Amino acid sequence: MAEQTAKRQINVPMMADLAARGETPEVLFWVGCAGAFDDRYKRVTRAFVRILEHVGVNYAVLGMEETCTGDPAKRAGNEFLFQMQAMQNITTLNGYGIKKVVTACPHCFNTIKNEYPALGGEYEVIHHSTFLQQLINEGRVTAEGGESFKGRRITFHDSCYLGRANNIYEAPRAVLEVLDADLLEMKRCKTNGLCCGAGGAQMWKEPEPGKKDINIERTEEALATLDGHAEVLQNLNGVESTAPALPAGSNHGGSVIAVACPFCMTMMADGVKNKEREQDVQVFDLAELIASAEGLTA
Amino acid sequence: MHFSFQNILFLLVAVAGFGLFFWQARKIRANILVGRDRDMSGNVNERLWKTLLVAFGQQKMFKRLTPALLHLVVYIGFIVINIEVIEILVDGIFGTHRFLQFLGPVYSALTATNEVLGALVIVAVVAFWWRRNVQGVRRFTGPEMRAWPRLDANVILYIEVILMGALFTMNAADLKLHGADLPGAYPISQFLTGLLPESPAALHVLERIGWWAHIVGILLFLNYLPSSKHFHIILAFPNVYFSRLVPQGQFSNVESITHEVKAMMDPSYQVPTPATAPDGSAAAPTPFGAKDVDDLAWTNLLNAYSCTECGRCTSVCPANLTGKLLSPRKIMMDTRDRMEEKYNSPLVFSPNLYGKEAKHSQQEQLDKENHTLLRGYVTPEELWACTTCNACVESCPVNINPLESIVEMRRFLVLEESAAPNSLNVMFSNIENNGAPWAFSPSDRFNWADDLFVTEKSPSVAKQA
Repeated sequence: MAEQTAKRQINVPMMADLAARGETPEVLFWVGCAGAFDDRYKRVTRAFVRILEHVGVNYAVLGMEETCTGDPAKRAGNEFLFQMQAMQNITTLNGYGIKKVVTACPHCFNTIKNEYPALGGEYEVIHHSTFLQQLINEGRVTAEGGESFKGRRITFHDSCYLGRANNIYEAPRAVLEVLDADLLEMKRCKTNGLCCGAGGAQMWKEPEPGKKDINIERTEEALATLDGHAEVLQNLNGVESTAPALPAGSNHGGSVIAVACPFCMTMMADGVKNKEREQDVQVFDLAELIASAEGLTA
Repeated sequence: MHFSFQNILFLLVAVAGFGLFFWQARKIRANILVGRDRDMSGNVNERLWKTLLVAFGQQKMFKRLTPALLHLVVYIGFIVINIEVIEILVDGIFGTHRFLQFLGPVYSALTATNEVLGALVIVAVVAFWWRRNVQGVRRFTGPEMRAWPRLDANVILYIEVILMGALFTMNAADLKLHGADLPGAYPISQFLTGLLPESPAALHVLERIGWWAHIVGILLFLNYLPSSKHFHIILAFPNVYFSRLVPQGQFSNVESITHEVKAMMDPSYQVPTPATAPDGSAAAPTPFGAKDVDDLAWTNLLNAYSCTECGRCTSVCPANLTGKLLSPRKIMMDTRDRMEEKYNSPLVFSPNLYGKEAKHSQQEQLDKENHTLLRGYVTPEELWACTTCNACVESCPVNINPLESIVEMRRFLVLEESAAPNSLNVMFSNIENNGAPWAFSPSDRFNWADDLFVTEKSPSVAKQA
């Protein structure tokens, strides 16, 4: 079939191989632990690599030489473990003479960009939302030839470590703009964005006793925004949402909660599952949306 | 100009009032300086610009329009009406009457502005009182808003109304006494003269009462500030000036740990000799993180004294919103309470901070052994509920950073006490052993790249899709 003949297998370039050939990549793709191990986020990694291959970016990954940036250890107060991880990674990156790093994880992004320089690791670090925005601006990604998002409702959930931590609010929105979808802002967005509940090492522990889980609060806000239930948004303040789901069929092809962080992905997807809305609301990363709009899903 | 008993009395009152205030302010300064050193010098232009925008310009207040406008009125009122205080001081000391009248039309503009602002301040203060006591805005409640913080908030409002009332009493009586001969313009007081008695003697007494109440009230208020959340009217400015300029996501790197890690990785690494105390002996080793107020940086302590307990931080905290114990405002209030407990409250007026109501649970009160900021005031449960999302930092109108204090206390729990929740200890050992926070084998790290295909975009395929 025509489709199959058009498929090309990707041999993801390893930094060690490039170095052996005396080459340096234009950019190092920092995959991150979630991108490498989390089944859901592996799909984001793969989508992003497809985009890199499609536009012909000269990139490489560290493969098994990559290790945790130390972000969760640092946020949890384990400064010693953080610095051990950081030094190890900095030794690897400096050894290869890396100048530029792109990553799909805001936590890796923040740590490498802001906390590695004082330990001797100075690189140009960009998040994949900014990277995708640049590809779009350069006309290398057009979001044409694949799935159409026209008329579908998309709301973007700000990651704390992208937004408040690093003031990146516009890049992910600019990326979503090219989808020609119906973009809706949650009431708590940008600087006022509500955390998904996973930051600060919460990802690895049960929440403290309370009346509600943070990801449920945030998912309810996202769902109410996508469903147009403004009245629910007024009352959402740690209170259980009572919004009825939209009648079937009124939700053109399914709404999307767009995220740009592996932990937000987990938390929002769990929230959607908890609210039993998986049939009409999906959680996607920016890279997945772009890859599928570009028709790169093989 | 004639000196009288009143002038001498005034001079004594003024000297005592300001003197007492400086004595209190010095004690607070000493409290703040028990914090760890932290170099906040440099970047003067950037810092001044930030102070101009955030502190003088109230930039971050305007995230919430209604309270921002009300606050702006009181803030401008405070600044402009205080020009009148200069006049009162000069009049009081030299026995002059409305000394600034030589300004002519400018003086009329000044008195008129004062009157209009005074009236607006009363309106704003009533609105504040309504929001706090009748409307019950959610962020003014919470477990840390115990008897004293609630009373304090209202006392401030009452004092402001009394001060404005004194201003109008003085102006209206003066106006009725002197009529059109009185220099200045009085757009509000001209309507109040009818309420006053006709007798010149009574008017004179009223004018004096208003005058004395205004200035003595201001001096009393000044000396109330160090006991009150209202101290922010002074410390907001240095607090913003000394706030962090780095991205909010950037946490500090602990330098002593850097030396340790470098020495571990490279045995030839020379750890710099630790600073020595003035007497030549080696300085006592400082613990990792913060157990008590003196383990925090001085900027964290300045934060605590700058807090107005407005609760914006707590109202946007995802943990607090969903019913967890954590409240960033409480961390600030606890820090201040603990400073004044440990370092002897320097205040003339010492509210009952440490009574039964002050602590949050009986268990903590009994736990004298651990009576420090950590555990004595702030529980590990509060600290572990934080998602480090920076919402509190972003929301604070005076750039307080509760997150820094939270992380410092987490560091103490983890590095000095190994007291992290068990699930986090599992995460730590995963990172140590597998290089990832989850229990995956490092050899599987590159499995995501298996069987990865991309659609080559030839024209025919593009059409099909």
